[in-house]
Amino acid sequence: MSLDIDEIPTVGRTASEARGFKLQRRQTRKLNLFEPALVKMAARRSFVMLNPSVMARNPVMFLVEIGWFLTSIVVVQSIVNHANTGLIVYQSALSFLLLLTVLFANFAEALAEARGKAQADSLRQTRADTPALKLDSADALDGQTVSSTRLRSGDLVAIEAGQVIPADGEVVRGVASVDESAITGESAPVIREAGGDHSGVTGGTRVLSDRIVIRVTAEPGQSFLDKMIALVEGASRQKTPNEIALTIVLAAFSIIFLIVTASLYPMARYFDLTLDIPTLIALLVCLIPTTIGALLAAIGIAGMDRALAANIIAKSGKSVEVAGDIDTLLLDKTGTITIGNRRATQFVPLGGANPREVARLSGLASMADPTPEGKSILDLANRQSAVDGEAPQGSTFIEFTAQNRMSGVDLPDGSRIRKGAPDTLARYVQEQGGTIPEGYQANVDAIASGGATPLAVAEGNRILGVIKLEDILKPGISERFARLRQMGLRVVMVTGDNPLTAKAIAQQAGVDDFIAQATPEAKLAYIRKEQEGGKLVAMMGDGTNDAPALAQADIGVAMNSGTQAAKEAGNMVDLDSDPTKLIEVVEIGKQLLMTRGALTTFSIANDLAKYFAVIPALFIVTLPELKVIDLMGLATRGGAYSAILAAVIFNAIIIPMLIPIALKGVTYRPVGAGALLRRNLLWYGLGGVIAPFIGIKLIDVALDPLLALVGIA
Amino acid sequence: MDPSIAWLHPVWAFSLPIAASFPLGRLMARSLDVPGDRIGRGFDAIPMFLCRLIGKKTPARMDWKHYAFSLLTFNAALFVITFGLLYFQQSLPLNPDGKGSLATLGYKDAAGVQHDGADTAVIFNTVCSFVTNTNLQHYSGEQHLTYFSQLGSIVWLMFVTPAAGLCVMLATLRGLRGDKDMGDFHVDLMRGLTAVILPFCLILAVTLVGMGVPMTFHKAATATTVDGATTKVETQTIARGPVAALVAIKQAGTNGGGFFGPNSTHPFENPSPWSNLLSIFAIVALPMASIVMAGSMLRDRKHALVIYGVMLSLLVTGCVIAILAEVKPSAATAGLPVASGPNMEGTEVRFGPVAAATWASVTTATSSGSVNSMHDSLNPLAGLVPMAMMMLNVAFSGVGAGFENMLMYIIVAVFIAGLMVGRTPEYLGKKVEAKEVKLAMLALLVHPLLICAGAAIFAATGWKAFVANPGPHGFSEILYEFTSAAANNGSGFEGLADNNPPWNIATGIVLLLGRFPALIFPLAVAGFLSSKKRVPQTGGTLRTDNLTFAGMLLGTVILVGALSFMPAVVLGPVADQLAAVKP
Repeated sequence: MSLDIDEIPTVGRTASEARGFKLQRRQTRKLNLFEPALVKMAARRSFVMLNPSVMARNPVMFLVEIGWFLTSIVVVQSIVNHANTGLIVYQSALSFLLLLTVLFANFAEALAEARGKAQADSLRQTRADTPALKLDSADALDGQTVSSTRLRSGDLVAIEAGQVIPADGEVVRGVASVDESAITGESAPVIREAGGDHSGVTGGTRVLSDRIVIRVTAEPGQSFLDKMIALVEGASRQKTPNEIALTIVLAAFSIIFLIVTASLYPMARYFDLTLDIPTLIALLVCLIPTTIGALLAAIGIAGMDRALAANIIAKSGKSVEVAGDIDTLLLDKTGTITIGNRRATQFVPLGGANPREVARLSGLASMADPTPEGKSILDLANRQSAVDGEAPQGSTFIEFTAQNRMSGVDLPDGSRIRKGAPDTLARYVQEQGGTIPEGYQANVDAIASGGATPLAVAEGNRILGVIKLEDILKPGISERFARLRQMGLRVVMVTGDNPLTAKAIAQQAGVDDFIAQATPEAKLAYIRKEQEGGKLVAMMGDGTNDAPALAQADIGVAMNSGTQAAKEAGNMVDLDSDPTKLIEVVEIGKQLLMTRGALTTFSIANDLAKYFAVIPALFIVTLPELKVIDLMGLATRGGAYSAILAAVIFNAIIIPMLIPIALKGVTYRPVGAGALLRRNLLWYGLGGVIAPFIGIKLIDVALDPLLALVGIA
Repeated sequence: MDPSIAWLHPVWAFSLPIAASFPLGRLMARSLDVPGDRIGRGFDAIPMFLCRLIGKKTPARMDWKHYAFSLLTFNAALFVITFGLLYFQQSLPLNPDGKGSLATLGYKDAAGVQHDGADTAVIFNTVCSFVTNTNLQHYSGEQHLTYFSQLGSIVWLMFVTPAAGLCVMLATLRGLRGDKDMGDFHVDLMRGLTAVILPFCLILAVTLVGMGVPMTFHKAATATTVDGATTKVETQTIARGPVAALVAIKQAGTNGGGFFGPNSTHPFENPSPWSNLLSIFAIVALPMASIVMAGSMLRDRKHALVIYGVMLSLLVTGCVIAILAEVKPSAATAGLPVASGPNMEGTEVRFGPVAAATWASVTTATSSGSVNSMHDSLNPLAGLVPMAMMMLNVAFSGVGAGFENMLMYIIVAVFIAGLMVGRTPEYLGKKVEAKEVKLAMLALLVHPLLICAGAAIFAATGWKAFVANPGPHGFSEILYEFTSAAANNGSGFEGLADNNPPWNIATGIVLLLGRFPALIFPLAVAGFLSSKKRVPQTGGTLRTDNLTFAGMLLGTVILVGALSFMPAVVLGPVADQLAAVKP
């Protein structure tokens, strides 16, 4: 068994490369559908699952198992009574096929479980027993070494550079870079520090630098990973509400068909015909929705698997389903709608300043600025060839502090260059006795109302111009939102920007609404308002102050990098801490429901052809004129056994043939409900009516000569 | 008959009620769904005045359980009273012909031996039949019932049972709409009777009298025959009575029980092609209008139009198949030296085969069950259509009951289609979950259970001896009788000797089980849905008001119907047809 978690070179990657790798990783973590090791495991398990107490959970397949049991008794009876060989062969074949149908169903479920287990195992490898240095207090320097399995919630543990974090926890002292590739597949180290929104650490990840003290937050066996492993392994898998409702529909259909077939025996007595019991059981098994009955459990497990493959830990199967019903998505602006940070896009010279000079001085002022904005100003200046890369010898850089609220550089020639927020800089210049150039406020306002951030540059007491810092939308994001809208989702942008800026970006990106100057309280209020209107809301968050909103939202996805409180409050955790994941979560949920609906339709639609095969065959002797309704022109040798067997064989082999669809899910396209329904009705409804006509005929053609060989004539 | 003119009858028979159903439906919505501020004002003063007489000043606010309880107690009371009236009819007034108790009717057993004297099974059957708005008749009205029984038992039930069906539909619609309560059963009943059914019947009855239908309390007339000398029959007794009143409500309330045994083939019930057209109109107008009413009440006319369209397409398809099959010569005449023409066996010559086939499909699609030809004598495939209509039981069906039946199919269609668009299924903005689905499937399951189990028991036991024909046709007779009872239709395939204790008791039970679960399960579903939060409609919501959903619903009805009944139908009419055309 191989899991193919790819080895990614770590150093020196830009953000976009990292995203590229992430996509690649998701592709490669997927398992081959019929991975030989898993198939072997599932095959073994499908026999174990024949145990009636296990089968009883699935009423449809349980009925098939009972049918198999009854048929087997009839076979024994026929042998004891020395019935003719043809009949014994036919009845044994039926009995075998019914067993095969049950086994195929078990196999589908077992395979889905095995795949889940394999995913979980790869995560479990990180749960290896590691020694941990347990402290008595957070400031203690030394403690006792215990096994990680003995750590309880609330214990304090110190971890040095190079050590594996022994349990899920929260950083209470220090800051460290942590390699989380073991669980996320993302090998760029992340910073985890005490106090902030990035204090959560996951057991099994490795500290790369520095020393941190963490407070353990999970009891042994209760960590996120443990919970998820239990979930995908099926141990704690409970049927979701939709699954329960569908099981009721399937059970009711089974009862209807039980009534139909059971009443056929006495009805045939009217024509003085005694129907063969195994044949009636065969008809029943053909009619009851075995296809969806067999695959239902597998579809549910596969949904969880897909979430896991996308590095999402769902705390319950229900939450994956609810994701499909989401009406409103709350998306953070930064990182989801726009590329990380603002970038400088334009220098606006003022008061007759030389444009090149403005660019040069802005660049110089930003040379020591470590923020992404500062770097982007230098980039822009570089591109306009205004700076040559090095500040003159003897320059003194002024760092941004909370007191001066601006940054800049003092050049050896005495000029003092400063950049900062327009109002701060205006006050600074006026204090120096300078004047504000004409058009300053107008330009600043124009930039702000266009969704960009203005930054002023001054030399001495003279304002030289304004730098325009713009939010760069992610490529293709507005198309993506248009698709979401077709899916019926409303997208709400959450940003800390002022309403003016927020509105401009919201328009550019094409979101439906925005929450500007968003506070956790504002988010919570917005979610409540949407829910009062009957809508289901999904959001993503990481901070402790997001916890109430995460708990209030119908789907709250906490970032793995977030605080423990956030993770506790949400019903999913995203190991990648990727804000675009929400969209994927919704798609996985929808796909899960669609797969169930499509295969149910297919299963029921199949029945029509089976009637046309079995009914004429049943009455071939007494009412031979019914041959007319055998549209497929099936073989009629002997007791038309070939037709009945063909229908049963088709019924059985369609199960493994549909396993790929069950596990991968029906293709979801964001095209709106009407188009989706038409598409699925065409493929699975009409297709479901036609496919068995072809399939049964082909099997019949192949089967008839075989039956002739064993003497059924 | 000129074939090009023959088509005129069905064309008018469809276009008139369709055209009338829209204004009628809106009128019904206005007079039956009275908002709080209009109670007792305008026309509503009449039903509210009548309510005050029974001690009800303001409408109660019933939930679904309370409403269902009121329905059941009302029907139980009807059952007991009617049983008494029929049992003691000989001692009651309006009995000019001196008829005895219905219990003394007597019957022939399977061996053909006549049993005279007390047989309460026929009363049980008759009461079940009329309480359930079915009107399956194992007696013959003009021979066995007094005028008082006809009016006080039969006609009275013919009025209140469709009104009761309408009440349940009103309550269901209020639930689906999300009202806090489902209304007041007794007030709804009063309104249904006074505002809809009585006025409609009054107009019908007067028109029928104008067309020649008798309306009298005089005893049967005695006529001296013209050729008495040659036939040795000097005088003839001609049964008559308050026929027009009964025929009006028989057609309008999807009842179907005739004043006379031969039902609407009798010239006193249906004198001319004009009265035939009027009758078809009356049969289908209220069921059609009730769907329009649903659109007004739900404030979702397009959704109602989808339901209407699905029902209509089922009915029209059935009708066309029946007509095409019926204008072919009967297989029995093949090779005989007779003129080849449409099947005239069991057909009234006054109406002809096209009008017969039209009526046969309309009367079974709705739960009327009145007949203007003998369904037993239809060509086998034409005979299949009435059976199929009753097996589906959703093409308009009974007043009120049709919508209730269709609602169960809608829930199942919405559930499967909802999953296929990737959302938890919703209907009219309410999430459809396990509880609703359970009841819907249960309701769909009862119908095939009653029909298949009933037919199976009678086909396999000695009771099959009651059939009139051997082979598949005899089986069809059994199947038809149970289908008619389960669908609360009431038409008979005839041929079958059905007035005997086994049939009376079996169909009586099937009648009750075919009626009340089918009314109460949808009511409960609406009750459950009403308390749920409304989900706003988005682009991802499954729409129930467009052609795609109409297709989905039609497919669900046909597939579920076909899958449930195909084996039985193959053994009956299909085998019958194939055997007949066998070379």
